[in-house]
Amino acid sequence: MSLNIVVLAKQVPDTRNVGKDAMKEDGTINRAALPAIFNPEDLNALEQALRLKDANPGSTVTILTMGLPRASEVIREAMFRGADGGIVLTDRTLGGADTLATSYSLAQAVKKIGNYDIILGGRQAIDGDTAQVGPQIAEKLGIPQVTYAEEILDLKDGFVTVKRRLENGVETVKAPLPCVVTVNGSAPECRPRNAKRLMKYKFAVSPSEKEKLTDERIKALVESRPELQLKEWGAAFVEADPEQIGLAGSPTKVKAIENVVFTAKDCRVLDNSDQALEDLIVELIHNHTIG
Amino acid sequence: MANFYTDNPDLRHHLNHPMMRKIVELKERNFTEAEKYDYAPLDFEDAMDNYDRVLNVVGEMCGDIVAPNAEGVDHEGPRVENNRVIYASGTEQNLEACRKAGLMGMSMPRRFGGLNFPITPYIMAADIVSRADTGFENLWGLQDCAETLYEFGTEEQRTKYIPRVCEGATMSMDLTEPDAGSDLQSVMLKATEMPDGTWRLNGVKRFITNGDSDIHLVLARSEDGTKDGRGLSMFIYDKRDGGVDVRRIENKMGIKGSPTCELTYKNAKAELCGSRRMGLIKYVMALMNGARLGIAAQSVGVSEIAYREALGYAKERMQFGKAIIEFPAVAEMLAVMKAKLDASRTLLYETARYVDLYKVYEDIARERKLTDEERKEMKLYTKYADALTPLAKGLTSEYCNQNAYDCIQIHGGSGFMKDYACERVYRDARITSIYEGTTQLQVVAAIRHVTTGTYKALMDMYAATEWKAELQDMAASLKELTLAYEVAVAKVAEVNMPAYTDFMARRMVEMAGNIIMSYLLLLDANRNESFTKSARVYNNLAKAEVNKHAEFINNFTPEQLADYNVK
Repeated sequence: MSLNIVVLAKQVPDTRNVGKDAMKEDGTINRAALPAIFNPEDLNALEQALRLKDANPGSTVTILTMGLPRASEVIREAMFRGADGGIVLTDRTLGGADTLATSYSLAQAVKKIGNYDIILGGRQAIDGDTAQVGPQIAEKLGIPQVTYAEEILDLKDGFVTVKRRLENGVETVKAPLPCVVTVNGSAPECRPRNAKRLMKYKFAVSPSEKEKLTDERIKALVESRPELQLKEWGAAFVEADPEQIGLAGSPTKVKAIENVVFTAKDCRVLDNSDQALEDLIVELIHNHTIG
Repeated sequence: MANFYTDNPDLRHHLNHPMMRKIVELKERNFTEAEKYDYAPLDFEDAMDNYDRVLNVVGEMCGDIVAPNAEGVDHEGPRVENNRVIYASGTEQNLEACRKAGLMGMSMPRRFGGLNFPITPYIMAADIVSRADTGFENLWGLQDCAETLYEFGTEEQRTKYIPRVCEGATMSMDLTEPDAGSDLQSVMLKATEMPDGTWRLNGVKRFITNGDSDIHLVLARSEDGTKDGRGLSMFIYDKRDGGVDVRRIENKMGIKGSPTCELTYKNAKAELCGSRRMGLIKYVMALMNGARLGIAAQSVGVSEIAYREALGYAKERMQFGKAIIEFPAVAEMLAVMKAKLDASRTLLYETARYVDLYKVYEDIARERKLTDEERKEMKLYTKYADALTPLAKGLTSEYCNQNAYDCIQIHGGSGFMKDYACERVYRDARITSIYEGTTQLQVVAAIRHVTTGTYKALMDMYAATEWKAELQDMAASLKELTLAYEVAVAKVAEVNMPAYTDFMARRMVEMAGNIIMSYLLLLDANRNESFTKSARVYNNLAKAEVNKHAEFINNFTPEQLADYNVK
């Protein structure tokens, strides 16, 4: 059975390498100071999608990403690993969106894609850490959701069976298709980029990137090969209500941002006694480090 | 999140060598395949970008998967169950990653599913893989055998086997036997022709790296009653046909993840590759030349990890109130390690480029007649490749052993414990100067290029470079060393006694190697000033070494040979 698989992927600042300029004064992320990467758990989701594709010949994996035009980079990255193509949902009016507005926008894009069997995405993005977007999309599309997925065990007869990684153990659930599955970081790592695909798809570009190409030969190459043409959709194209997108559609407002500065400079040596340990615990509870 | 390609800018320096343009343009036949294959490059820049991107994948895979697996693979190792090899679990993961990344059959033509990479970027991948896990480089690097299959197999055999290699089938070269190690002329494995034209193999092979591979190239005696190399032919054995069992795997000191097998052939079906009687004389020689370049790359990878481990430890280890790197004795060891590493690597890629050039002309000659000019070039490049291959294999393997030794020395007592990677590096390094021909046998292959003047011609070619002002003094010193080399070589020629020449062979080959590596590092520094320091350190080493050998040769009389005749 061939499947139409949609993978939600996000280009995120690499928050694992945060420097001192990571945050702007207004509390938003200074994206210029951090390298942009493929959100790690979205890569886990991509691997699950590619496994479904391997098991179901003829399936297609489409990447859907919302962000700046340069987010097309994650689509190429996914294509190097096995995805077939993708869509960048990009528009000035989409900027400043919280999870509610983001999920609405993405849900509109999914509706535009129309024919899908399963939507996969990472559990959460490392820039916001909310884990809300996947579930909200499912709600907006009115389809089931399976979160914290670690492995898709089976997909047949219109149902998907998924192993979930929960705090206290593992749960296996079955859901009717189509549905949204958000994948946990404990799922298998994504396969590496493939050498041939890398050479084949490195010129894949979105329309706005194509306009900036200076090499006529590459332009001609892109025009002659449909697989090198990424899609770029705007808010109007996905028929999004202007009131529900971007800043306007985002009830979440950042009130204030504080820098946490660790002041302890040295290590402390405790003597080897129960009393010393107890004193430390009391101290840590008292200053709210724990508890 | 490590990348063993991008964290080492020296690699890009060597990849972007000016000679690459010629290599790539010839290899890609002026980029005519772009019409036919959607992953073929449009032009030189596109091809170089492809190599860079693919090496980036190799670097990432090595940093994130192969290197973290190395310790576990070393401990777990492969095992034999029901006459079959089971790899260590980390090895399986590594192989799977290589297959998914499409890093098998890298140098094979596109029509067989390969990437059509020149040897140089392929060898660079081997260099990177070896740094991550030296033993795994053996398994991955045996894709080299496809090169021999491509060169000497029929079109039918190419079509049958090479696409499988490109998809991840592993290979082995089954050459050595209990009584035929360095002396391959003594191979006894019996090949018998069947009425249908296929062959049956019977006998035993020993010390076969990755002996349970999917596709084997086997050296066997096809001519009944013969006793020397002229009775040997090369065969292809497909594991799916059955008939070869793994009797045991060796318990080795190093590269423990790479299974070294004893194989028994019981009427194993095989097909002849190339012409009868040419097995050893032509094909195995070609196979070994490729393999030797592979071992040189493996050795450079070992030198790299040894240097990095030593440097990292020396910066962290505090004694007498400071990091031990602050002590001149330790700093000097590190500077010399780096110089040996850089000298090894520059010789490796110089060799790879000449191998690329002559092979690409050979390949073009399969399609059309070469022009006189091209034939002349091919002949020259073949000579350079022949001269540099044993030099590279011999010297880089000796240097990586020295670097592994110094790596432990810098770790002090801790290095003697099993707690640090350096002990594995030390064990893994040891085989490089032994297999695919010991250093002593590399000298045997190299010595004729001392006597016929190939090395001297290379030195003269390098000497004609226009040097930057700050490098002039080193260039001058190399001219002096070349003179000392010539005097020593002339002295040996004058004595004109085979035993005397043999006795001095290694000394003369090392002199040539020292001078050539010093020149190559100087050329690197001429192009990229980050190599200047290493060029200086190595130049000092070369001076000391060349003069040491010159002193020995110049003062040694044939009568003294008797003192070395131990019975």
